[in-house]
Amino acid sequence: MSVEPILTARGLVKRYGRVTALDNADFDLYPGEILAVIGDNGAGKSSLIKAISGAVRPDEGEITLEGRPVHFKSPLEARDAGIETVYQNLALSPALSIADNMFLGREIRKRGVLGQWFRMLDRPTMEKQARDKLTELGLMTIQNINQAVETLSGGQRQGVAVARAAAFGSKVIILDEPTAALGVKESRKVLELILDVRSRGIPIVLISHNMPHVFEVADRIHIHRLGRRLTVIDPKEYTMSDAVAFMTGAKAPAQPVAA
Amino acid sequence: MSETQEFERVLDGSDKSVASFESQDVSLLKRAQHFLHSTPAAVPLIVLILSIIIFGVAIGGRFFSSYTLTLILQQIAVVGILGAAQTLIILTAGIDLSIGVVMVISAVIMGNFAVTYGMPTGIAILVGLITGGACGFFNGFLVAVMRLPPFIVTLGSWNIIMATNFIYSANETIRDTDVDEKAPLLHLFALNFRIGSAILTLGVIAMVLLVAVLWYILNHTAWGRHVYAVGDDPEAAKLSGIQTRKVLLSVYTIAGVIAAFAAWVSIGRNGSISPSSAVTDFNLQAITATVIGGISLFGGRGSILGTLFGAMLVGVMSMGLNMLGADPQWKVMLTGWLIIAAVAIDQWIRKVSV
Repeated sequence: MSVEPILTARGLVKRYGRVTALDNADFDLYPGEILAVIGDNGAGKSSLIKAISGAVRPDEGEITLEGRPVHFKSPLEARDAGIETVYQNLALSPALSIADNMFLGREIRKRGVLGQWFRMLDRPTMEKQARDKLTELGLMTIQNINQAVETLSGGQRQGVAVARAAAFGSKVIILDEPTAALGVKESRKVLELILDVRSRGIPIVLISHNMPHVFEVADRIHIHRLGRRLTVIDPKEYTMSDAVAFMTGAKAPAQPVAA
Repeated sequence: MSETQEFERVLDGSDKSVASFESQDVSLLKRAQHFLHSTPAAVPLIVLILSIIIFGVAIGGRFFSSYTLTLILQQIAVVGILGAAQTLIILTAGIDLSIGVVMVISAVIMGNFAVTYGMPTGIAILVGLITGGACGFFNGFLVAVMRLPPFIVTLGSWNIIMATNFIYSANETIRDTDVDEKAPLLHLFALNFRIGSAILTLGVIAMVLLVAVLWYILNHTAWGRHVYAVGDDPEAAKLSGIQTRKVLLSVYTIAGVIAAFAAWVSIGRNGSISPSSAVTDFNLQAITATVIGGISLFGGRGSILGTLFGAMLVGVMSMGLNMLGADPQWKVMLTGWLIIAAVAIDQWIRKVSV
């Protein structure tokens, strides 16, 4: 492929005591694509994603972002580098408002004396940006951006979390099981949102157990098995049963890595 | 993109306004619940106003006078300030049982440095504030860094600080006249001015100002929002990039400094400085004001204005029942019911989203 991958991992190893969660795992994410990561329980998907998002430090191996090697010590560092992760539990503060949540940990202060000396937050700007982002993503017609997140439905919360990632994730967005806790209708909204984010040119890593969802939105599917990348397939050339067969070891892939 | 799945086809015909917020017909009760959810200080304020009206009707002009009402404020100034400190900690889903004795030991240190050691009063006060801050930092370190439960940590430090207080002071009281003679600055917060029959002490004004400043900080600065976020869901706060440890450590330390500030105000109120006041249940009074004020013991919810109203409510009840000549135990009993009612209301408000 002529395009250089934006995010790569080579030979990642992570051991927890006697358990080897990652065994020389590789990973490639290309610009502007949706890469789904699937695998059986215990295949090491989570460890792989945690290594990329900075939540765990791999014992061996190298991760590069835009060609430069990176060594994240915490999710914060990954975030500062432009990798946003939407965790399965969403990492939202239920009692705080939508606007507060979107800017949690990176609040905007007022200019001038009020901001510098009294550390006053610039509420109007934050509210406006939060509202703009939500509207831009066609997400919701929120009447009250100061509404507490806990008064939102599951899909709306997911929407806020994805919008937050999209608002700040300049390079890569990682979504961990974004539709796992949602109903049919809400899942659809979130899938549309994912496609919408991709259309803005931001590549997405999608971890999911939901085969139909994966096959619907993914450009490539990374199949993880026994701690390493088994293969990468094109969803248009394989069926869901093929993918499940690879995932569980019922069938061996023709070539090690497609694409 | 690939085709929509078979079973989802029907969604095309479904209601697309899924994510909008339709204002449905909601019952009055539900609307009240939503109002209280967004305005947590409203409950104690309403109860406070009601109780003032009830006692005003029952007792008449004697209670309703500006003299009586400002006297209540004077009586609650110290507990109100301690309650403000306690509020910060309870907002992080913690609790500080040591806050009362931190206040007492800070007062004793201020008094000893100024009166017994003859140091400049300014320095004595500074040493007292540092002592309070150090006690708070000790609690905060154990809670934030060692990850011990706040209840146990402060139960321990309560005993440690109380014993230190008695051993250090040899339980010697510093007399009012000695303070007046050698360190009048310690009595600063007893200064008062009259507006008609209303008497406002500097202590009362300090309490109101402190609550106002903390309200601003909690609602309009990033640090304040982080305090709420840490108490609400520490895991989510951490993943959002908040340094939860630093927030907790700063909250406990600031609470300690505020407790020492309460010590200064309490010297003004009491006149003398008595180490044996460490046996008074100041921390329980502060927790009572906080809980009645609608600060959730589970963290992340409530407004510090509620604490002020909660403290006033306890003050109004105790003054009112006192003037009615009731047995003091009635006040204790009423406080108990108020605490239970406050927690029950908090639980009800929390269910707003369900």
